[in-house]
Amino acid sequence: MDLRMLLQAIVSGLLAGGVYALIGVGLNLIFGVMKIINFAHGSLLMLGMYSSYWLFTFFKIDPYLSLMITVPLLFLIGVIIQKLLINPIIEYPENNQLVLTMGLMLFLENLALFLWGPDFRTVKVSYVGTVLSIFTVRINLLRFIAFAGGLLLALFLYIFLKKTDMGKAIRASSEEREGALAVGISVKRIHLISFGIGTACVGAAGTLLTPFLYLSPHVGHLFLLTAFMVVVMGGLGSFVGAIMGGFIIGLTESLGAVLLPGSLGQIIPFSLFVIILLFKPTGLFK
Amino acid sequence: MSAQNYNPLKKWNYWLVFLAAACGLSWVSGLLSSYLLHVVILILYFAFLGSAWNIVSGYAGQFSFGHTAFFGVGAYFSSLLYVESGVSPWIGMIAGGLLAAGLGAFIGYLTFRFKLKGAFFALSTFAFSEMLRIIALNWSVTGKAMGILIPLKQGSSLQDFQFASKLPYYYIILSMLILVLFVSYGLDHSRLGYYFKAIREDEEAAGSLGVNILKYKTIALVISAFFTALGGTFYAQYMFYIDPDIAFGTNVTIEMIVRTMLGGVGTVFGPLIGSAVLESISEVMRSFLGEYKGVHIMFYAVLLILVMIFFPHGVMGLVKKKGKEDSRDITKQHELVGNQESE
Amino acid sequence: MNLLEIKNLSKTFGGLSAVRKVTAHVRRGEILGLIGPNGAGKTTLFNLISGAYLPDSGSIVFEGENVEGMADYQISQRGICRTYQIVKPFNNLTVLENVLVGAFNKTESGKAAKEISLDLLNFVGLYGKRDLVASRLTLAGKKCLELARALATQPKLILLDEVMAGLNPKEQSDAINLILEINRKGISLLVIEHKMKIIMSISKRIIVLHYGEKIAEGSPQEVSRHPEVIEAYLGGKDAVA
Repeated sequence: MDLRMLLQAIVSGLLAGGVYALIGVGLNLIFGVMKIINFAHGSLLMLGMYSSYWLFTFFKIDPYLSLMITVPLLFLIGVIIQKLLINPIIEYPENNQLVLTMGLMLFLENLALFLWGPDFRTVKVSYVGTVLSIFTVRINLLRFIAFAGGLLLALFLYIFLKKTDMGKAIRASSEEREGALAVGISVKRIHLISFGIGTACVGAAGTLLTPFLYLSPHVGHLFLLTAFMVVVMGGLGSFVGAIMGGFIIGLTESLGAVLLPGSLGQIIPFSLFVIILLFKPTGLFK
Repeated sequence: MSAQNYNPLKKWNYWLVFLAAACGLSWVSGLLSSYLLHVVILILYFAFLGSAWNIVSGYAGQFSFGHTAFFGVGAYFSSLLYVESGVSPWIGMIAGGLLAAGLGAFIGYLTFRFKLKGAFFALSTFAFSEMLRIIALNWSVTGKAMGILIPLKQGSSLQDFQFASKLPYYYIILSMLILVLFVSYGLDHSRLGYYFKAIREDEEAAGSLGVNILKYKTIALVISAFFTALGGTFYAQYMFYIDPDIAFGTNVTIEMIVRTMLGGVGTVFGPLIGSAVLESISEVMRSFLGEYKGVHIMFYAVLLILVMIFFPHGVMGLVKKKGKEDSRDITKQHELVGNQESE
Repeated sequence: MNLLEIKNLSKTFGGLSAVRKVTAHVRRGEILGLIGPNGAGKTTLFNLISGAYLPDSGSIVFEGENVEGMADYQISQRGICRTYQIVKPFNNLTVLENVLVGAFNKTESGKAAKEISLDLLNFVGLYGKRDLVASRLTLAGKKCLELARALATQPKLILLDEVMAGLNPKEQSDAINLILEINRKGISLLVIEHKMKIIMSISKRIIVLHYGEKIAEGSPQEVSRHPEVIEAYLGGKDAVA
């Protein structure tokens, strides 16, 4: 395997990492603030994908532009889910929470199956297939936009968390819940917003992926474990950790694909995940 | 010797009802249509898997989201032994169970030694099952994406664990279920079982009372893995085909968890009740809405969500509540993430 | 030979010294009091003895055997048991089942465990509530349960962590009687308490911790007159009268 292939793999991995980072910072909010393992997270990504798919198919809206619709839409969906389903069980044993989100995943997947059928769909934008060539490395434009878009949105979120009052309140709640309550922060509102933002992030990631990924009701499965790996490896509650985690997963996935035959390469991110869980469960960057 | 003082009759009640139902069903089983028998087999099969999962996740409280790893190991191992070397699937079943038990010991030792709990434990088991899926997908021995096809024999053959009619399958899975229920019941009233439950309720306190946490968690996982693998072999011999998605995919895991939680996790009959309820609803939905893909699952997903919110202890929790005045509290015993000790 | 000997025991958490070179001993059959202001390291010391924490340095010798570094369950099997400042009942198990778990420490027979458990429940006064789910007990009940559960392991030494907290005067008086009864059975006790009057009355010997160090040791009278002890408590609510 030559250097060029290695370089290509690294670049691919980084590109993918950008999207994973976006998924990660969103899940970091949910997992970090509310301590909920949301098994429906992959399905929410799927919803993001389908949203932009239909906007493109019916209204010819370019997927990247559709972000302006899908992001608020998924935010709203997240808030509704949080209010109706998550909030009632926030104090319940974690197993019940896990199973509830599992039920949500089943519901969303099969709703999509019912409404739109099992067939794989794709979105074909006019500029599909455009490839940039930088120093002999081929970069698919769509993947690059996804990468850039992912990081950009993550940056927006970062600014929001750092600079706005709401953002600070969210960070306070995730670090010290009792203290936050004590200073009068409405934890319920924080939860609503956090879950909404987390959902919006993963929905946006879905939209960014739509132009070059095959779409089906079960596409969420692919990202479910990955999303959690990103967050845990980076360190629960750490924004930067989620970003780094995204890139680590992207890189290990991509390198695994070139180093090992077939799809065996996928074992590498999983093994790394288990190793980190065993030896540094608080994550690499906390 | 039962350690429960209240109403020992109540406990036996469940067994009586179950055995009566089993006998009654067996009586008429010859008259049941093949389709109906299939539904009954599914109920018993899922109840079996759920009960196996229940041992480590319900009794010992270690929520596993990767149990399909053991299922797949059992299914593939017995099938390979049969297809490649002609070994009877019965022997393959036990062998697969032992192999899965070994895998359980390995996973258990790793994860429990490093004190993985709650969500972290669940995710690590998920990662393990995914790794096995990828291996099966890429290994020529397991047939890669093609999976393994169990060759059909003419007629029935006990030795080959293959039968022309569904009836023998019914009796086999019924026996397997009775066995695992017996084990569950035994655990419920034994030192081992009490240690499992103590670990579930409060690990730290359990440790201070002399419970070797690592040892007993691992034992729970090993027992659970063994039985889960048996279910894998049964599946392979009943459906005649397995592939990486079937054997190591999330479907099996979800089915195990959903039915048990619905019926009542941590109880002997919870998984069976959950399985019966879910399957019945599934069938009713199917008959009303036809084979419309996924709708019946949507309905039972909604049911699951509602149950988790309003009856967190499942059907058994409801039944027990009516039975005695003291109900079990829904207290959050473990902080999901706070369980990860970091000093 | 003393039942328990601690020599130069130390434990730091991220730079903060919780317990610093503490040397102490518990004599067979005595009730040793352990007092000190909040944050003095009393519970940490308990955690070190019971095996919940690993000491950074120092030794713990129980009945002539070095037990520092052993896991909590091993120490429990050797005869040291503890209760918790914030009670930790097995919430979804019944009162009887809670105690059974403790009883199984020394016996494998369900029948024997049950006998031991019922006896102990009788002893602490919870026999009538044996089939009640533990979460339904009052605080006093839960403390009794924890005590019964610990006793079921047939310990030689029990570490009691602020048993009196949250109990009304009648419950406190009952608790004192229980503790004295337990001691009369030959079990040694190491008791953390904030309520000075109580600790003074039940223990013949007291050690005082302050900022992780032992600053005084002696009879209740000696300790109450010790200048460092008085200073540590600053003559406030916990004034040594």
